[in-house]
Amino acid sequence: MLLSLENAGVYKSERWLVRGISMHVEPGEIVTLIGPNGSGKSTTAKMALGVLKADEGKTYRRQDLKASYVPQKLDVNWTLPLSVSRFMRLTNKASYSEIETALSSTQILHLAQKQMSQLSGGEFQRVLLARAILRSPDFLVLDEPVQGVDFNGEVALYRLIDDIRHKLNCGVLLISHDLHVVMSTTDRVICLNGHICCSGTPANVASSNEFKSLFGEHALSGLSLYKHRHDHEHLLDGQIDQSSKSKSNLKQNKSEKNHALRKAKNA
Amino acid sequence: MLDDFFIRAIVGGIGVAVVAGPLGCFVIWRRLAYFGDTLSHSALLGVALALLLELNITFTVFCISVVVAMLLMLLQRRASLSSDALLGLLAHSALAVGLVVLAFMTWVRVDLMGFLFGDILAITRADLMMIWFGGVAVLIALIKIWRPLFAATVSYELATAEGTRPDFANIVFTVLLAAVIAVSMKIVGVLLITALLIIPAAAARRFSKSPEQMALIAIIIGVFSVWLGLSGSLEFDTPAGPSIVVAALSFFILSILPLPNLKPRNQFQKIEPAKTELDSETP
Ligand SMILES: Nc1ncnc2c1ncn2[C@@H]1O[C@H](COP(=O)(O)OP(=O)(O)OP(=O)(O)O)[C@@H](O)[C@H]1O
Ligand SMILES: [Mg+2]
Repeated sequence: MLLSLENAGVYKSERWLVRGISMHVEPGEIVTLIGPNGSGKSTTAKMALGVLKADEGKTYRRQDLKASYVPQKLDVNWTLPLSVSRFMRLTNKASYSEIETALSSTQILHLAQKQMSQLSGGEFQRVLLARAILRSPDFLVLDEPVQGVDFNGEVALYRLIDDIRHKLNCGVLLISHDLHVVMSTTDRVICLNGHICCSGTPANVASSNEFKSLFGEHALSGLSLYKHRHDHEHLLDGQIDQSSKSKSNLKQNKSEKNHALRKAKNA
Repeated sequence: MLDDFFIRAIVGGIGVAVVAGPLGCFVIWRRLAYFGDTLSHSALLGVALALLLELNITFTVFCISVVVAMLLMLLQRRASLSSDALLGLLAHSALAVGLVVLAFMTWVRVDLMGFLFGDILAITRADLMMIWFGGVAVLIALIKIWRPLFAATVSYELATAEGTRPDFANIVFTVLLAAVIAVSMKIVGVLLITALLIIPAAAARRFSKSPEQMALIAIIIGVFSVWLGLSGSLEFDTPAGPSIVVAALSFFILSILPLPNLKPRNQFQKIEPAKTELDSETP
């Protein structure tokens, strides 16, 4: 076991932000936190990392646990001259070839010399993820890692996260609003709303009443109605990736989800 | 050679500029200008206390600055008042209290102007030893904590999560800042220490592509400002501190002038083929 929280809670500004959180993460598994805005997902993740102290309950982290963190929000202000490749070495040493490999894995090698303050939102997220992976962590915390990333990128990054946890055998704590991805690629799901509403395997959670009352009956409906075909992928520097002319079920899920969303809106 | 007061002033000033450069960068990156102001203005309290108890002035100022810095850090964690209002209030209060206390001590003769604006005549050999040994110690400590301190500057949460222990680095940084304030008081005076910290760093920003580069360039600009400023001070009989700050300011103004070939350029950027494709498609 990498870490565990036992009945843990955070008290701030005269209220409990989250309370009664019990969870654990094993090597090689993806645990996902889902829940509406303000439900305490980021707070729980910070507690797991030790950034926030638990005001009640117990936290346990394996000794010398090497964690990597992709925060939900990070501002690099203009006064900081910080290039992408320097940012990759923020909390660890790394050779240039290691940095290149990590940047290539999120398809942003062409940004290596750019300044952090000049990146677009999606580019920034890709840098954050590349940096987290570069550290070869035992425990990877991803707080909405693909926010603002384009459609194809989202699929590719989720696939990358899946690869990484197998390759490094690291535990992943993922926060995401993409319910379809969560349900298809994670091992355990924890549904939060200030406390743990329900948790378990994706199938169990999806069929539970708590999940339905939090996200609505139709959150996961409308599958396999329409399949989008796109036989190549564009890399971020504009070239076409010849190696990627294959389909993944993740991508299909995505287009299905979009279609389902549209359907739900029309209804 | 060190017998000449002017040489002593230059050597001391350069010593101060060498440590002020990198620390000033952190002051800018972390938006601590007000914090630095409060610290340096409270240095006058240190002077009063030193005269009262007949202690070494630089050492007493250093101790007082450390205490004030720690108090400020505690206060900022608790206070509901916005921190720049709080610091603005404390900075000037500390200065006022220091001046009033000094005025009460009628039995000591103090050259107030020297403390406020710096006094190149007042630099002794002992001061030089203090500046250079202290400066080397500060630089070594700064290099030791550079990585965690910089990581915490970019993101405190990220640094904590990834185990770089930023709290320790933050405390060391504050102590180093106090040390620089104590040693630079005689050269630029308490009113202008923050300027010596931030103006060379701000001037260095435009020419830098990495934090380490910015620290080095800030040192170079600081050294030239000291040299220019002190020479001017001697030539035109102006106070030392303001002259150095005016010299630094002229470097800053140079740095923001729109000179085309000074603009940091990205040589590694590729031309994106996708863009030209798209352009040709649009009618
Ligand atoms: N530093 C803080 N001080 C006081 N309250 C806070 C603080 N940080 C977060 N909160 C509150 O705690 C609650 C949970 O916040 P948290 O950021 O964990 O939500 P979240 O589930 O990550 O939401 P989102 O989906 O919008 O990212 C919110 O109601 C928020 O207002
Ligand atoms: Mg959040």
